[in-house]
Amino acid sequence: MALNKEQIARRIAQELQDGFYVNLGIGIPTLVANYIPHGVDVVLQSENGLLGMGPFPLEGDEDADLINAGKQTITTVPGSAFFDSAMSFGMIRAGKVDLTVLGAMEVADNGDIANWKIPGKMVKGMGGAMDLVAAAKNIIVAMQHTNPKGESKLLPKCSLPLTGVGCVKKVVSDLGVFDITPDGFRCIEYAPGVTIDEIKAKTAGRLIIADDVKEMIV
Amino acid sequence: MNKVVAGADEAVKDIPSGATLMLGGFGLCGIPENCIHALVKKGINNLTCISNNAGVDDFGIGLMLQGRQVKKMIASYVGENAEFERQMLTGELEVELVPQGTLATRCMATGYGMPAVFLLAGIGTEVAEGKEVRNFNGKNYLLEHAFDSDFAIVKAWKGDTQGNLIFKGTARNFSPLMAMAGKITIAEVEHLVPAGELDPNAIHVPGIYVHRIFQGDKYEKRIEQRTVRKRS
Repeated sequence: MALNKEQIARRIAQELQDGFYVNLGIGIPTLVANYIPHGVDVVLQSENGLLGMGPFPLEGDEDADLINAGKQTITTVPGSAFFDSAMSFGMIRAGKVDLTVLGAMEVADNGDIANWKIPGKMVKGMGGAMDLVAAAKNIIVAMQHTNPKGESKLLPKCSLPLTGVGCVKKVVSDLGVFDITPDGFRCIEYAPGVTIDEIKAKTAGRLIIADDVKEMIV
Repeated sequence: MNKVVAGADEAVKDIPSGATLMLGGFGLCGIPENCIHALVKKGINNLTCISNNAGVDDFGIGLMLQGRQVKKMIASYVGENAEFERQMLTGELEVELVPQGTLATRCMATGYGMPAVFLLAGIGTEVAEGKEVRNFNGKNYLLEHAFDSDFAIVKAWKGDTQGNLIFKGTARNFSPLMAMAGKITIAEVEHLVPAGELDPNAIHVPGIYVHRIFQGDKYEKRIEQRTVRKRS
């Protein structure tokens, strides 16, 4: 069985380490905040100007002046700090943010990522994605392995306009976990019930299977 | 030095058609609502607007788009506005999409008197097309220019008669940077107080950058995505 979105988020949460400053993108990445392992102390950065993002507010406590980068109402946790957008991207650019998790429409086997534009169709803009992927030390992509037509989104080369070049370090899809290596996607884990043959069939980019590949624990 | 003007209409009265405006805010958070309403009422057009987003269809910069007042939009994310997308795809509206950090830093450069900065974002993408590339320590960077903006229009939480500004929460976002970047900067505030009442240690933008200030008549402060937890 391929993973659902919550399970992808839960698997990515296993990558969080104590002391990390983490930026979570919109969509599946946002869900990662719900699965931070017990005893792991991380600070969530929201690129619109907050360190120390907390959960959604209780009904009635929502504040129009307190939103995340997805424009959702949020709260702060003790020790939080607000800042302007230049400082926010300054800390990203200066390598202070340890991990960035974001979604993608396509990832190439050299770590290129496309997630902001479908020419002639979707015109929404890149927001902070280009800044994040250009600067972040460690980028994990959360994505579906194939599009609704069943075509692979893990490609030899992105067909859509790029967001960043050679920047993705790891992909967690509904089928497995893949490190980006000089030899392409390296499958290190497969989702429970998913076969290596299925992963091979649905990965268009270069794929190698780790010798010690194992079933994902989610 | 008293910077106080009577209200939004007076604050924007000399903004001509064809002007370049910076408008603070992230989504609908921290936008200068009263000035936007005054600009809509004034009916000027051919504006170039620099703002992270373009509002929604019926609020924020979206109201100016409805009246075809905007000729060119410089923004990082415009996904919440169907009218924007329509005008962009038909070619009525000229659009320059800029990575969010680059947008913020180009505003900052203006306010700090720097003509340009070298930034990483967009290297190897279509954003890099036509831009000068310089290599520093083995990494390529794009030369990005400071903005040239006739007016900057921002909303702050508190301000004093000298133009000192304090922002609240994530409503700060681009606003201090833009406030520092306008040739003329207009600040509308939720609370206007006499000089001396704000703690000088807490000021985000010193009044030297602000030319006009007033207390907005009312603030709707619309929430784009109301997300809550149920009370148990």
